Amino acid sequence: MNDFSFWVILSNLLLATRWTIALSLVAFVCGGIVGLALLFARTSGIGWLTLATKAYIEFFQGTPLLIQLFLFFFGVALLGVEVSPWIAASLALTFWTSAFLTEIWRGCVESIPKGQWEASESLAFNYIEQMRYVILPQAFRIAIAPTVGFSVQVIKGTALASIIGFVDLTKAGTMLNNATFRPFLVYSLVALIYFCLCFPLSWYAHRLERQLHAAR
Amino acid sequence: MPLVDIKDVRKSFGPVEVLRGVSVDVERGDVVAIIGKSGSGKSTLLRCINRLETYDEGSIVVDGMNVGDARKEKKLRDLRRNVGMVFQQFNLFPHLTAAENVMLAPKVVNKANNHEAKLLAEETLAKVGLSDKANNYPSQLSGGQQQRVAIARALAMRPNVLLCDEITSALDPELVNEVLRVVEQLAREGITLILVTHEMRFARDVGTKLVFMHLGKVHEVGPPKELFAAPRTAELQQFIGSVH
Repeated sequence: MNDFSFWVILSNLLLATRWTIALSLVAFVCGGIVGLALLFARTSGIGWLTLATKAYIEFFQGTPLLIQLFLFFFGVALLGVEVSPWIAASLALTFWTSAFLTEIWRGCVESIPKGQWEASESLAFNYIEQMRYVILPQAFRIAIAPTVGFSVQVIKGTALASIIGFVDLTKAGTMLNNATFRPFLVYSLVALIYFCLCFPLSWYAHRLERQLHAAR
Repeated sequence: MPLVDIKDVRKSFGPVEVLRGVSVDVERGDVVAIIGKSGSGKSTLLRCINRLETYDEGSIVVDGMNVGDARKEKKLRDLRRNVGMVFQQFNLFPHLTAAENVMLAPKVVNKANNHEAKLLAEETLAKVGLSDKANNYPSQLSGGQQQRVAIARALAMRPNVLLCDEITSALDPELVNEVLRVVEQLAREGITLILVTHEMRFARDVGTKLVFMHLGKVHEVGPPKELFAAPRTAELQQFIGSVH
């Protein structure tokens, strides 16, 4: 039974880690793109657009990510379309990420002084031009640290995708445990690998934050 | 027909009526100084002219264009191209150099190419005496220099009217004159100026028209030298006395 050596366990976990990284990247990049579009809608000042964006954000921030994964996995199937765990997990994590990034970035946009809006407005800029040339370049600097910090949450969030059958690091851990009956060893290694992915990011986010404060 | 024609404009912020029927007309080349106590509605009036603020009643016509109609983006853009504005807090874009601050609106709004925009920046920065600071960021400039860059930035759009909202109020006393000299130079060149100001001597010497606002109304209006020498109302007399 115990012919699984330590190295076999570790190498299998590392192979599954590729999928954790892939899902994290997809969620973070696509979530960032959707989040940027939502940011424009959220700060546009157009009533119905702001309201719709708020509702979207409230939904994804106010329900558990696991339930969102279920909704995408089982819900889309109801429409007669077969979705793989990979697609369902990518979609759910993308929307979930976008909701949080929009809120983080909105805070950064709103911290730009009102005078910047007024000056660009009186120079005949429209809203998109104001954002593009005046507000976002300044908000970007402030946004880097919390955005990198949030990427850690995305990586940890991907662990839930294992429940709908996506073979990521966590799912591989579960499978290896079923085969080896060495839960403590297996899950310790799983935790260690997650930590090795997340720690450099949170360390980098802290460093960026310190730099930003020093620059002020 | 006046270049800026303000007729019976009313505006409330909630229950507070800040403009209670204001009429002013500004001819081409006029230098109009608006004075009055804080809360008298001077800044609000100025901000209504380029629609940074909307008004509730009355009309403002700038160069034949009704400000109240400028709800559509294109009309609003035309209006604001025509009306420059300089603010008390400068509001320069901190992530851009002085020259880039000046070049941005001509490039983005007027679709000027880089070369044209550069020439404009050189010309307007020279006009405000800051050719040597073109590559400095706002944080590397003094308050007076920042405000002069802000003036250059507004001029680069070649506006027909320049609105100045207490542009020396945030400056250290020794920096006020360098900004006023630039404005005086503009006045001599015939640019139409509307200034909200606390600089009484400047209003008297450079202004062609003085508007004294009190409680949301134009309380007195006329040639600055006459009004300063012989205010007709007790309120203006008191106001002049209080700031001297």
